[in-house]
Amino acid sequence: MSALEAEILMTAVTVGAACALPGVFLVLRRLSMLTDAISHTILLGIVLAFLVVEQYGHPLLVIGASAVGVLTVFLIELVKRTGLVKEDAAIGITFPALFSLGVLLIALFARNAHLDEHMVFQGDLVYSVFERLEIAGVTLGPLTLWKMLGVLVLNLVLLLLFYRELKITTFDPALATSLGISASLVHYGLIAMTSFTAVGAFDSVGSILVIGFMIIPPVTARLLTDRLAWTISLSVVLGAVGAMLGFFLAAETEASIGGAMALVMGVLFLLALIGAPRKGIVAGWLRRRQQRTEFAVRMLVIHLWHHRDVGDRAEENRRDHLHAHLGWSVDFGERIVRLTRNRRLLELRDDAWMVLTERGREYARRILAA
Amino acid sequence: MWELILRFLGDYTVRNVLLGTAWIGVVSGMVGSLALLRRQSLLGDVLSHATLPGVVLAFLLWRQRDMGLLMTGAAVAGLLAALLIFVVDVNTRIPRDGAMGLTLALFFGLGLFLLSRVQNLPSARKAGLDKLIFGQAAALVESDIIALVVAGLPVLLVMLLFWKELKVVTFDPLFAGTLGLPVRWLELLILVLIVVTTVIGLQAVGVVLMSAMLIAPAAAARQWTDRMSHMVLIASLVGAASGTVGAVISSIGPHISTGPVVVLALTVFVIGSLLFGARRGLVWRWLAQWRRRARFRTELVLEAMYELWMHHDDKSHGHAARVIQLTTGQRGNTQSALESLSAEGLVQRLPNNSWILTEGGVSAVRTRRNRRNASDERA
Repeated sequence: MSALEAEILMTAVTVGAACALPGVFLVLRRLSMLTDAISHTILLGIVLAFLVVEQYGHPLLVIGASAVGVLTVFLIELVKRTGLVKEDAAIGITFPALFSLGVLLIALFARNAHLDEHMVFQGDLVYSVFERLEIAGVTLGPLTLWKMLGVLVLNLVLLLLFYRELKITTFDPALATSLGISASLVHYGLIAMTSFTAVGAFDSVGSILVIGFMIIPPVTARLLTDRLAWTISLSVVLGAVGAMLGFFLAAETEASIGGAMALVMGVLFLLALIGAPRKGIVAGWLRRRQQRTEFAVRMLVIHLWHHRDVGDRAEENRRDHLHAHLGWSVDFGERIVRLTRNRRLLELRDDAWMVLTERGREYARRILAA
Repeated sequence: MWELILRFLGDYTVRNVLLGTAWIGVVSGMVGSLALLRRQSLLGDVLSHATLPGVVLAFLLWRQRDMGLLMTGAAVAGLLAALLIFVVDVNTRIPRDGAMGLTLALFFGLGLFLLSRVQNLPSARKAGLDKLIFGQAAALVESDIIALVVAGLPVLLVMLLFWKELKVVTFDPLFAGTLGLPVRWLELLILVLIVVTTVIGLQAVGVVLMSAMLIAPAAAARQWTDRMSHMVLIASLVGAASGTVGAVISSIGPHISTGPVVVLALTVFVIGSLLFGARRGLVWRWLAQWRRRARFRTELVLEAMYELWMHHDDKSHGHAARVIQLTTGQRGNTQSALESLSAEGLVQRLPNNSWILTEGGVSAVRTRRNRRNASDERA
């Protein structure tokens, strides 16, 4: 791997980790689609700031562009407050308008100036590392990498400083109010952090994909753990790993790095969705199957208990009549009989009639007493 | 002038483009009304982004830019995205908006990934696949228009045929269930309508902004009526108007995509409707508020003058506006309130520029106080 590739990889990983941090709280607070809006509209902020400052990568650019993210959320709130449209429609009409304005401004005024429509939706990691950070004549590596490291550190510091406030306002807004924590301040703080991160990641991965880096790792982490601290750590790891694998995938296939990163994170999510230990689809399916079996064993034991007085060789106790009495399929009935017999809850007479063992009768009494 | 417009409309390409975008506007206005009323606006956003990988895959498979094939690919991808949201929703406790956000990102990421692969192919540049992201109505040719009509007509027919059922399911799904309507199937039908509509708009408006074409006309139309049939009609008109405006303006400059222009035209319609919409419009609300406030202030002034009149021995003594204002205990100008009261004949301006209550003013305050006392006693 060349030094250039290593730099690109490091930048990608930093972007992945930095985006996952605010993402955890965005997901928990059900702001995913608001994130979608922000990830679109920071484009307008970047274009406007660019037109004013006329220089790419200027600090003012970052702050100005982030302000538009916050403004978006404020505007959506304003439209919603009129009561004339519902929240989803308020989001759905506000951000396309701001985004369109950004795209048009690029087309009209900022063409060929390091900003074009191509940049908008996928950024350009390879290109972005060519710009170097220079302090006092010493070159310190790619500017983007330093910028994203800065965003990552800032996010970490903010998270540690306001961990308690974020946690309480997220899980118990009423408690937060009674403790004197301003929920709206925390809300807009998180929005500002999100916008800032999205702007920082813009020249690496473009405008729209940021929503993926913010939402997919935390959602995946939620499938693996319930604890907040673990969710945060796992999200960062998933973001970084997704970015790394995405980089290799893109290098292998000569494709867009941003797209590949989002794709890999998506695939990691699908894997977790299917195979997560407790919350995955397979685990859920196994659990339901297990519960159905347990319930059937109980039903069989109770059934035999009810008919214990009709004699050992009554119709009801016949193994091959079971499906008719309990409404089971023949195969399912056979499986349950075998299982119950293995647990020594019933015995077979002449291989055709079922009788509860002492253990089985004890089990039935216990169920009925409960 | 007219000659210019006629020549413009007579132009073969221009006619195609205008027809195409207007048609897209009509269809999306109708279906968007359903989506808006069912609070599925953002679903449209997710589905439109999610069609991208379908389009690119279709191109990779058949290696030609055939509208029908690309639209089929897009529709399949859209339905798969809807399926993923559904699966996540049913099987996990992930909030629905999280499921939507991740589906959008996953599909759009896959789309960009595939698109960047395709662009390495020599035939791809000509196909103009990247134009599908922000839309290029100028690229619509006659065969595209035919494909759009073929895909859109069933949508309109379905909406007309199942109008009553769709309406019931939209406003009261529980009631629809008790009527014995197949609610699940109807909801699936609406989803398919949304996907097909999104797909129709791809070429002209683009995957990123097609959702606005669904939501905005409906949101604008909603401000003018409470009847769903009227709403659908108005939304279609708004959609068609914005579509044509977008097509015309974007044809002026070579680098201007249609999508953003259409969305900005739509935004003008939406803002106008929010401000001036029938009865609910913000402007009417502000005006009514302003009138109420002015009325309240004049009443306070009248009350204050009555108090002054009561407590002053010389009943013909006038009071300066400043004194009256202090008596009301309110800030702000009392002058306009005094003038409107004097127009009603309740107060009178004396030559020394002070104000005095007329007989009519005194009796007006007394009548009102009596009425208020009476209603207090009743309570």
